[in-house]
Amino acid sequence: MHTTTSAYARSRSTGTLALALAAGLGLSACSLGSTDDASSDSGATVDSATSEVVVVSHDSFTVPEDLLTQFTEETGYEATILGSGDGGEMTNQIILTKGSPLGDAVFGIDNTFASRAVDEGVLAAYASPDLPDGAADDQLSGTGADLLTPIDFGDVCVNIDDVWFAEEGIKPPSSLEDLTDPMYEGLFVTPGANTSSPGLAFMLATVGNFGEDGWLDYWSDLMANDARVTSGWSDAYSVDFTAGGGNGDRPIVVSYASSPPFTIPEGETEPTTSALLDTCFRQVEYAGVLEGANNPEGAQAFIDFLLSEPMQAALPETMYVYPVDDAVELPQAWAEFADVAAEPIVVDPAQIDANRETWVREWADIATQ
Amino acid sequence: MVLPVAFLAVFFVLPLTGMLARGFYPDGTWDFSGVAEVLGRDRTIRVIGFTLGMALAGTIITTGLGIPLAYVLYRLRFPGRGLLRAIVVMPFVLPTVVVGVMFRALLSTSGPLGSLGLDGTPWSILLAYIFFNLAVVVRTVGGTWEGLDTRAEDSAATLGATPWQVLRTVTLPALTPAIISAASLVFLFCSTAFGVVLTLGGLKYGTIETEIYLLTTQFLDLQAAAVLSTLQLIGVVLMLVLAQRARSSREQSLRRSDGQTLRRPGLVDLPALVIAAGAMVLILLPVGTLVWRSFHDGDGFTLRAYRLLAEPEAVPALRVSVLDAMENSLRTAMDATLIAMVLGVIVSIAVSRRPRRRSARRFIASLDAAIMLPLGVSAVTIGFGFLITLDRPPLDLRSSAILVPIAQAMVAMPLVVRTLTPVLRGVDPRLRQAAAALGASPIRASWTVDWPVIAKPLLAATGFAFAVSLGEFGATSFLARPDRPTVPVVIFDLIGRPGVDNLQMALAASVLLSVVTVAVMSLVERLRVQGVGQL
Repeated sequence: MHTTTSAYARSRSTGTLALALAAGLGLSACSLGSTDDASSDSGATVDSATSEVVVVSHDSFTVPEDLLTQFTEETGYEATILGSGDGGEMTNQIILTKGSPLGDAVFGIDNTFASRAVDEGVLAAYASPDLPDGAADDQLSGTGADLLTPIDFGDVCVNIDDVWFAEEGIKPPSSLEDLTDPMYEGLFVTPGANTSSPGLAFMLATVGNFGEDGWLDYWSDLMANDARVTSGWSDAYSVDFTAGGGNGDRPIVVSYASSPPFTIPEGETEPTTSALLDTCFRQVEYAGVLEGANNPEGAQAFIDFLLSEPMQAALPETMYVYPVDDAVELPQAWAEFADVAAEPIVVDPAQIDANRETWVREWADIATQ
Repeated sequence: MVLPVAFLAVFFVLPLTGMLARGFYPDGTWDFSGVAEVLGRDRTIRVIGFTLGMALAGTIITTGLGIPLAYVLYRLRFPGRGLLRAIVVMPFVLPTVVVGVMFRALLSTSGPLGSLGLDGTPWSILLAYIFFNLAVVVRTVGGTWEGLDTRAEDSAATLGATPWQVLRTVTLPALTPAIISAASLVFLFCSTAFGVVLTLGGLKYGTIETEIYLLTTQFLDLQAAAVLSTLQLIGVVLMLVLAQRARSSREQSLRRSDGQTLRRPGLVDLPALVIAAGAMVLILLPVGTLVWRSFHDGDGFTLRAYRLLAEPEAVPALRVSVLDAMENSLRTAMDATLIAMVLGVIVSIAVSRRPRRRSARRFIASLDAAIMLPLGVSAVTIGFGFLITLDRPPLDLRSSAILVPIAQAMVAMPLVVRTLTPVLRGVDPRLRQAAAALGASPIRASWTVDWPVIAKPLLAATGFAFAVSLGEFGATSFLARPDRPTVPVVIFDLIGRPGVDNLQMALAASVLLSVVTVAVMSLVERLRVQGVGQL
């Protein structure tokens, strides 16, 4: 961007001041700024479309550096990862940029948003030959199975502070129904379904468990039992939950099946919390090739890479999720204290997509009044 | 002039219209079918009312508290003044999620202030508005106040005016343009506040901003989002027009002096001191909680979280250590400050002129307002707009690293303009004419007349712009590449993961971020003493 000569002439004094300013500030800024541009821009533009794979993902997606290097060594492609908000935000961005895709591959579309992405035609078909046998359960049904490959899953479950219940001498709850028992009045906190992805998952668990006719009544009872709704998972867990590090006053919280290992006190071997495995909703995350990608082959190679043994094994430590490949060994604390639900609560992805907005509004009318 | 206009056109008008078009012109035909329906929803009405009411209340209280605080911090001399000035700015760069969690830690039923029963009420949101925005008022008003010539006040006092009369008839009128500038900024920040409303409002209280976010990112209901964005835009334009009217009718040339001595606080200052102390408590409580908790885990005092900041392996999920992220943050903020200052100074000088032609005056007035608009329009709308409009040559910038400093500069620029313009408008144009009559070139005239006046506020604005860029989260999180995250992005990531270490590191990183910001700002402010002394 340059000023035209006439404009410059008219505001000469402006220019001088700006120049003086640029000189003063620029001395310091350029020293840092120049190296900045050199390293970051060349990576994105100089590489030709064939050797770079751009992967669109949510902000939580992280790949260990050594595995990325390994990917480049084995395939010749260099992966660039673009973070785009949370899972829902990312999926909507992909739909919005149909015809001019943000990248080549996408990772992190979950089963609550999958059918929208499938229906909008933003994905190209790809079936990875590396999909492990055990992952068949996590595949979508219908056309979705050809477009999206399951990579990992996580269970959103009610967590309880076992130490608190032991100290108070109260029998801990074990099911969703228990949470409306007056015995547990004022003890439960959950993030909201309209502002938090585990919050939405928990709402869907209630839909799946109580059916379309019963779940709203359940929420009325839950709220009448003085449940607290926060906006995000972080303040539910780290402010209100008794075992989340914030000295909260509620021993029952919506979190993940993988949370308990994080509450093992230093020097001890067992966590102070546990997940109620009858209350879990399973979030499966998928990867796919974007329609109109510059580098579809690279995108396919990246999906195969996500299913490779070292990457699957790294998932628990980097993203707190379980690999779809059940042959992969879990970290020791996970194997011991982070069981997943044998039979998670299920809601059909197509039904979720058709009703999400209605359900969330109905939920908000009850839970946020 | 072309530079700032082009900047706004590409990085603001284009993405905004792109998103509105997706809402109202989806398949190549105009479609307003949803407008009446959206406007008729109970929720929409409630949300609009709540947004306006809260923003107004937030603005009035913040301004009311900020003026006495500006007086105490910029006109009185007492030990610790520099430290307090620095602390006032800290909230401005703290990530909203962290502040939200700290406020809730204080106010929740199990917290130290739980007995007040403020958790989840609009009051807690209001407190957060004040907490974040006091710095805007204190710095904008304080900057003008500090340079104000005290002789008019002194003469009024000599002629028998009471201190209250002096304040009302001499001081406040001179400060009015700066106060209106500050208040309109605060209003914009309050009405588009997002993170704190979500965290503290406990979902009951949606604002237009949070609604747009939900409609766009979760439901993809673009028409409803476009309706709300349009409403937001209209409201902001109206507010800016009103503010401009109010300001221009009260503008006057200010006498300025530099080397004046500051007073020691006396009995007269008691009311101001009391209010200022109250305001400081409001800032210190959450900041204090934050600092204290960053040093204490469940078992007592520890430096563990701070040690972890240097280790990339401390958290396997992050690919960089917090210190590396700090380097990214500083670099990006340097670039953003440079952009914001160059463009901001051009705009300030342009809008502070009073051309004779009516059309030119109109143009200047609209540019003045346009520069503020990005603060009043939803970051989500602009962010999504970037994706769908800047996607092909010559503007194929979607994934370019340069978008991050540009987005930050867009937030910092209005602050620069609002800090400098009141000062420049206060320069008597006859001084420039006199210089020209004595044979000075326009450059020379501007150099001798404008520069000495603008030097101090310029440095203050630079520091402020830098702070804003360092703390900016909304746009940055949207645009930053995961391998080059800034500190606020890392903090957001840390606080969203389970484990006491992650929470503590988030808190420690927030403390580090605000300390660095404060250090940079005081360094910049220190520069000015020398600079002005020589002129």
